[in-house]
Amino acid sequence: MKKMLYILSITLLFGLNYNAFARDQIKIVGSSTVYPFATVVAERFGKSSGFKTPVIESTGSGGGLKLFCAGLGTEHPDITNASRRIKTKEVQKCSKNGVDDITEIKVGFDGIALANAKSGPTLKLSLKELYLALARVVPADKEGNTVKPNPYKMWNEINPDLPAAPIVVIGPPPTSGTRDAFNELAIEKGCKKFPGRKALKKENKKLYKAECRGIREDGPYVEAGENDNLIIEKLVADPGAIGVFGYSFLDQNRDKVKPSEIDGVLPKFEDISSGKYPVSRSLFFYVKNAHAAVIPGIKEYVREFTAEKAIGSDGYLISKGLIPLPNDERMKFAKDGKKLAKFNPKELIKK
Amino acid sequence: MSNTKIIRESLKKRHLAESRFKAYGILGIISATLFLMAILSTIYIEGKSAFKSTYIKINIFYDPSIIDPEGTRDIEEIKFANYRKIIKNSLKNYFPEVIGREELKNLISFISSSEEENLMKAVLENNELIGSDKIVWLKASSTIDVINKNPEMKNLPESNRLISDQELVWFNKLVLSGDVKFGLNKDFFLKADSTEPEQAGILGSILGSFFTLLITLILSFPVAVAAGVFLEELAPKNKFTDFIEININNLAAVPSIIFGLLGLAIFLNLMHLPRSAPVVGGMVLALMTLPTIIIATRVSLKAVPPSIREAAIGLGATKFQAVIHHVLPLAVPGIATGTIIGMSRALGESAPLLLIGMVAFIVDIPGSFVDSATVLPVQIYLWKSTAARGFVELTAAGVIVLLTFLILMNALAIFVRNKFEKKW
Repeated sequence: MKKMLYILSITLLFGLNYNAFARDQIKIVGSSTVYPFATVVAERFGKSSGFKTPVIESTGSGGGLKLFCAGLGTEHPDITNASRRIKTKEVQKCSKNGVDDITEIKVGFDGIALANAKSGPTLKLSLKELYLALARVVPADKEGNTVKPNPYKMWNEINPDLPAAPIVVIGPPPTSGTRDAFNELAIEKGCKKFPGRKALKKENKKLYKAECRGIREDGPYVEAGENDNLIIEKLVADPGAIGVFGYSFLDQNRDKVKPSEIDGVLPKFEDISSGKYPVSRSLFFYVKNAHAAVIPGIKEYVREFTAEKAIGSDGYLISKGLIPLPNDERMKFAKDGKKLAKFNPKELIKK
Repeated sequence: MSNTKIIRESLKKRHLAESRFKAYGILGIISATLFLMAILSTIYIEGKSAFKSTYIKINIFYDPSIIDPEGTRDIEEIKFANYRKIIKNSLKNYFPEVIGREELKNLISFISSSEEENLMKAVLENNELIGSDKIVWLKASSTIDVINKNPEMKNLPESNRLISDQELVWFNKLVLSGDVKFGLNKDFFLKADSTEPEQAGILGSILGSFFTLLITLILSFPVAVAAGVFLEELAPKNKFTDFIEININNLAAVPSIIFGLLGLAIFLNLMHLPRSAPVVGGMVLALMTLPTIIIATRVSLKAVPPSIREAAIGLGATKFQAVIHHVLPLAVPGIATGTIIGMSRALGESAPLLLIGMVAFIVDIPGSFVDSATVLPVQIYLWKSTAARGFVELTAAGVIVLLTFLILMNALAIFVRNKFEKKW
């Protein structure tokens, strides 16, 4: 028994030492929205390339970038997925820790769907109505020059054509990239429809962001965690509730839930791709270029992810619910990925 | 009124209160049992179908012009041949009416992509196959499997179904000619995670759990027993040891996520140990299990009658000898029971492992303590949060496997206690 323990502890020490020096497996962290796509790529890559299958952790976009930017070295991840673009603050944090040579790859689009149970009514919403239903503060006058706390409890208080049902929207928590995108693409766009609010953007950007992106916390918006399947289950149990989640989940659960029209457009493949559907965002991943020389397979993984057979209009990720990039854009990112082009943070400021 | 009368009159009331109390107890037990039954039966009903999967009978022609066009029987050549095309050609023969490119693509999606690899392996094993015909049962893809397991889905309108009308026609043709059957889902027991539900298995996470628990046991058991023996038998009773004792008892009640935070801060950020590795998971869970085993050790040492110690010391043994030779062996059954229960708690634990990166998509089956791995409860969580429909039954099946292990471990604990424990 004593001898066995001795041997075990020695092998353990050797095992640890070995790993501290080398890692032959790509480590990926990041967005839970990109996760289902990245896992498919990783699995195919592992099967076909002869490299080890990359390990992918779903940490949310923000959490992933935090880990990614923590430094260089094998204990830090090589790639992070994001369902939004990297922020200037994160770029700064990255370069402070020595991670200043990164490559940005856009892989496609994802629509954010609003859907409810099959047994419930089909809803036709506008961005403005969505904003009025979910914002923390709503305009107190017609122009939107002053605000008041959100008083609406029923859909038909906002628009008499909507059903006389309480507002219940189940969606992701603030750590989620989906939530960031929803706030920015749905709520803020609805907010901008009021001239007074739009004018505020120039006067006081901070206040504008807080008021036009802030979601109410008095009950009607229910945070459901990063688990989109859970949202679908809750929708089935409560036909009056509306859920907020990625298009791929809608696609997989067509027999349980149905989408709502936003500004007259249903979340359909073609309409998200063309930009006609208003609530859609881009999906990215970021590569740590300093690791590409050390960890085997990074370049090949990037090539697999940007290949036409993966994200081209006929690719295998498309049948998983990813909305493809226009062809020339995909070619551009495939080229960036091939030479691991350094990301220029100035691109972020331009906008 | 005399005292006896008061007592006699209140008697009925007191008896009533007693029977009411009894009824509450029975009600409690009944409702607890009902809840347990409801949980177990839903998991069983949902999960039992994951142990079987759909297979489709196909006559495969091992076309030499595809597998080995040069006729050299070169292994590399055979490995990289397009086996998808072989399956496609065989399906084409079965459904001669399907010609369009798009239609063929839908048709071939009936068969799980893992079968391409299996065909390749079959050819590698037996070169004689090349050029021959063979009837084989190929695993169906998850969508087909879901339809086959839930026949009521066939009646849904096309938009609500997972497959199109045309695919349903093909599928019905296969069913009518008896070319669809259920078979054991071997992949579930032999593989690790996958993005395709029909190829996902539990073995990777079972091994991950195994490595993690082994580390937990190696680290926590000796330390905890030593600490327990010292505190109970050898340590002087003073304020300092009291303080330690209180702290150990408190530690046993600390939420497990705290140990995860500790592991993240010390093992990962300070000591730079690898993320997602069972060795770190084991270290974190060892910290969590330590107080449980210490307390179990002390309780079972306390249960050994003092006469044993006194007899040993009376015969000239030192205090240390009395403990090691006489008291500790008698306490072993109790310590073992406590350890097994601590281990089964560690097996079901997921929260602290989330923080050290053991929640990840891992396809390769772990082979050592430092390979990236997940554990059983985390695998269940991962499957639960995946979109594809086939994962619903896998989630429940994962729960069944986890519960089986837990029941086995707890049964072992009860067995050890009943078999070896001495009554004084």
